[in-house]
Amino acid sequence: MADHTPPDTGSSPRPAPDRDPGLQPERTRLAWRRTTLSATAVAVLAARQLLRSAAPGAAEVALTVLTGLLWTGFVALAHRRMRAMATGRPPGLSARTALLLVGCTAALALCGAVILVRPGH
Amino acid sequence: MILTEALRSAGAAVRLWCSPARVREEGTTPDYRFSLANERTFLAWLRTGLALIGGGFAVDQFLPRLHQGLRVTFTVVLLVGGALCALRAVNHWVRCERAMRRGEDLPVARFPTALALGVGVLAVAVVVLVLLGRTT
Repeated sequence: MADHTPPDTGSSPRPAPDRDPGLQPERTRLAWRRTTLSATAVAVLAARQLLRSAAPGAAEVALTVLTGLLWTGFVALAHRRMRAMATGRPPGLSARTALLLVGCTAALALCGAVILVRPGH
Repeated sequence: MILTEALRSAGAAVRLWCSPARVREEGTTPDYRFSLANERTFLAWLRTGLALIGGGFAVDQFLPRLHQGLRVTFTVVLLVGGALCALRAVNHWVRCERAMRRGEDLPVARFPTALALGVGVLAVAVVVLVLLGRTT
């Protein structure tokens, strides 16, 4: 692998040795941020659908709360992972986090299906 | 013979899927940058799934004059597609991680082609229906 260390000019400070010159942790952190923004857009669309109901009942309230909880879980998981990215050599993504994120996403889709077919829609 | 082979590989995939932590136990840990790249690919697929789910909500909310049956069909297809995309994301991530640990080639997949064709067909169908004014 090529050595990416810039030539030492003598005056400019060298980057910290544990800092990846390709900024991989930063790029990964931003990818997480984009993903939370996508999840937020989906949650907002779901909430918009529910709050447009002519007469919101118990089902609408329960589905709104569920959507909010799923969104909170998603963002909390992402936030924990983004904090891990602050270290120079972040540990690998845990399979549990990945599965929980995918679970939240699939549950949001299921929520959408329930919102769609609920009576009175 | 082929059927048992297929069943066995499917069973192995499900077992891997249910206990992906076991992947950590085999092979050697790859360069952390490769793992981070794999993680970003996973997140990109997750966003693709979220975008499909959002598209499902959008079809339901922003095409109110579309025929009820067609609207429900498009929405359900997009929601199911989004959920499948997310499930496939974690499956592909685990398989890539395992391949990197074993020093094997990364897995190839037909899923991106199928997804591209599906989204393309769906988009053309929605555009044609809206242009034709297929209302109620």
